[in-house]
Amino acid sequence: MTKTVLAIDDSASIRQMVSFTLKSAGYEVLEAVDGQDGLEKAKSHQIGLVLTDQNMPRMDGLTLIRTLRTLPQYKTTPLLMLTTESSDDMKQQGRAAGATGWLVKPFDPQKLLEVVKKVIG
Amino acid sequence: MSYDLSQFYPVFFAEAAEHLDAMESLLLGLNHQAPDAEDLNAVFRTAHSIKGAAGTFGFTDMAELTHILEGLLDRVRKGELGLSDPLVDACLQARDVLHKQLATHRDGAPSDPDAASVIADRLAAFSISLQAPQLASTSASVSAGLVLEFYLPGSVPDQALLAEKLCRELSDFGNTHVLSSPSVEGQLWRIHIESCEDAEGAVGVVEFLAHDVHAITDESGTIAQQGGARKIQEESAFGLFEPEPAHADNEVESAYGLFSENMPTPNADSGDDSYGFFSALPPIAETITPPANKRLAANVDTTIRVGVDKVDLIINQVGELVITHAMLQQIASALDPVTFERLHNGLAQLERNSRDLQASIMTMRMVPISMAFSRFPRVVRDLSVKLGKQVELKISGESTELDRGLIERIIDPLTHLIRNGLDHGIESPVQRRAKGKSEVGLITLKAYQLSGTVVVEVGDDGAGLDRARILTKARERGMQVHDAMSDQAVWALIFEAGFSTADVVTDVSGRGVGMDVVKRNITALGGRIDIESMVGIGTRMTVRLPLTLAIVDGMSVAVGGESYIIPLGYVLESLQPDDAMVKRMGGVERLIQIRETYVPLIVLHELFGVRNALTDFSQGIIVLLEVDGRRAAVFVDALLGQHQVVIKSLETNYRKVFGIAAATIMGDGRVAFVLDAVALVSKANAAVQAAA
Repeated sequence: MTKTVLAIDDSASIRQMVSFTLKSAGYEVLEAVDGQDGLEKAKSHQIGLVLTDQNMPRMDGLTLIRTLRTLPQYKTTPLLMLTTESSDDMKQQGRAAGATGWLVKPFDPQKLLEVVKKVIG
Repeated sequence: MSYDLSQFYPVFFAEAAEHLDAMESLLLGLNHQAPDAEDLNAVFRTAHSIKGAAGTFGFTDMAELTHILEGLLDRVRKGELGLSDPLVDACLQARDVLHKQLATHRDGAPSDPDAASVIADRLAAFSISLQAPQLASTSASVSAGLVLEFYLPGSVPDQALLAEKLCRELSDFGNTHVLSSPSVEGQLWRIHIESCEDAEGAVGVVEFLAHDVHAITDESGTIAQQGGARKIQEESAFGLFEPEPAHADNEVESAYGLFSENMPTPNADSGDDSYGFFSALPPIAETITPPANKRLAANVDTTIRVGVDKVDLIINQVGELVITHAMLQQIASALDPVTFERLHNGLAQLERNSRDLQASIMTMRMVPISMAFSRFPRVVRDLSVKLGKQVELKISGESTELDRGLIERIIDPLTHLIRNGLDHGIESPVQRRAKGKSEVGLITLKAYQLSGTVVVEVGDDGAGLDRARILTKARERGMQVHDAMSDQAVWALIFEAGFSTADVVTDVSGRGVGMDVVKRNITALGGRIDIESMVGIGTRMTVRLPLTLAIVDGMSVAVGGESYIIPLGYVLESLQPDDAMVKRMGGVERLIQIRETYVPLIVLHELFGVRNALTDFSQGIIVLLEVDGRRAAVFVDALLGQHQVVIKSLETNYRKVFGIAAATIMGDGRVAFVLDAVALVSKANAAVQAAA
């Protein structure tokens, strides 16, 4: 059973890169352009892993993670933050919001795949 | 598996260009006194997004500059730094440099690393001035400052992060600033510590990680910072070797990490900390989801990016379809309409469908004129600062749609009109006050559609054109003018080549090359420009453009066995001449008398060497053309009808031919040439003048 990854980033090029990388590795990928769009797609689809950017219009990544964790179907789903900030402060905020982990931007396709494999196999 | 990131470059380029445009218009729209928080966030986000993607795709120059810009904008949005004109200027300048960097990567334009370092220094200066009060307050007890120079080991993947940790460690010894942070590994790092009392201790800390450490004492205790300088916040001073217990081993190399409270050594297996997990990962098997909808909803993005060449290809193919239909129609017209009624009905339906298809495809080439307008706030801002004038730009109708090819080509003429209005039209604040006007001048830019044309108006509320001065100037230039000329005729003089009425030639509006070029460019697009002006009230330039360049309304004419298309916009009238109307001049050039005036006559079959054409003027037809107020008559055998024709470039497929603007395919499948009315009329007039 292929698992669906929800990739949320306001940058189309990053979305395309993430999507291409994961699709070539056999995952199904659903894209969303910001937190709000991501939330709507998360609600209407069965998602195995959420990869979300932090800084986005309409709804940021932390808010999305907090909101997703309030939904019963996302209690245990892995939620990863993609962030340009690797500061401890950001990590703490992510942890508090309920994120499963983080991945620092910029990252390359190999690194992304390594992390995703680690999380959902 | 290796990945070719270059496949994502086109998307990145388009996206970065969009962000840069948004950044510019946001910066220009900021209210300096009371900036809107959402606007500040949005402008921060543009820099942030470019940085993230540029870093990912390896455009390090852009990533570095956006990093500095982002840091500055972050402080602005957090209220740590006030908005000011110089700051916005610096941000705009950085945006321009980024734009050039983008062009370098995208089009291979020459790069200018100096510009990047200059603007980086300028941006960094704002961070320094922010810190100035702090420096002043501590300067009373200043002891010698210390500059540490060192190299970091090449094996560390994220040198910047390591340096940051180092700074935190060093902040125990005094306030630290990174003076140089090389982008390439193996280059010199420089960190400044203010009022450092324990130089040996500081060197010891650095030596633990770095090699070739040099310490330079700085007596003043403060030091001029260079590009990219960044002050490390004191409150975040963490020990380098006492980070969070959960991932202590790998903190330095942190680029990802998996946090887990339940896992004692969460990253022991990865040896990598560029990602992390905050909680124990559920066993992978459990995350397998029950069969979900295999059909995932399509992405909600309501737009797709398509290359212009692809759209043009479809336009061409639809053009072919229309032609094929016309051929079928012609064949069917020979068939009995009763027996073949269903065929005729089907063909009629095919015609409707293909016309509709053609119309929808054409709209794909249409883009809002805001694509051209969006640059003008910047033009007006920069220019008004330069000229010491206060000017407000009012834009309306920016959603008016226009063919993409036209948009690109009206930018220069419009820019020129706006610059002209600002430079020559709008008065200085002092003059305006003396006239009882508001000190702030107004430039208006307005677009709307009017019966198949797009109208763009550029207006100013300045001094208006000076009739007397234009006439004087025209006389100086030896032009034929008289005092009784209508205003319209006087205003039209400024479009003559080499005409300039400005008292002082400025570097803004140039040396009088301009208005004639503006007019020529607009005419070449099949458009026209008119002027209205009132002394003391202002001037309005009205530019009228066709909606598209890909289809033209034309009159088809026959010459010998050939057909030609004359663009309808240039046709004034057609008439049947008699031989007496045609006069020769200088033995070669012909003139034809049309009522009271003589106009040059172009005999098409002679020009193009067409055989079997009518040579007796009284048997054929004269079509009178007007371009830019100049007229010429074209002699043809007969008028065939009016058509919308799909333009096909002759230059692309063959080469430039004088008198021919393009080619098209007629309903019967034959090729017809579209006449270049602009070239024909101007050559005919020039030839007659030369003969006279």
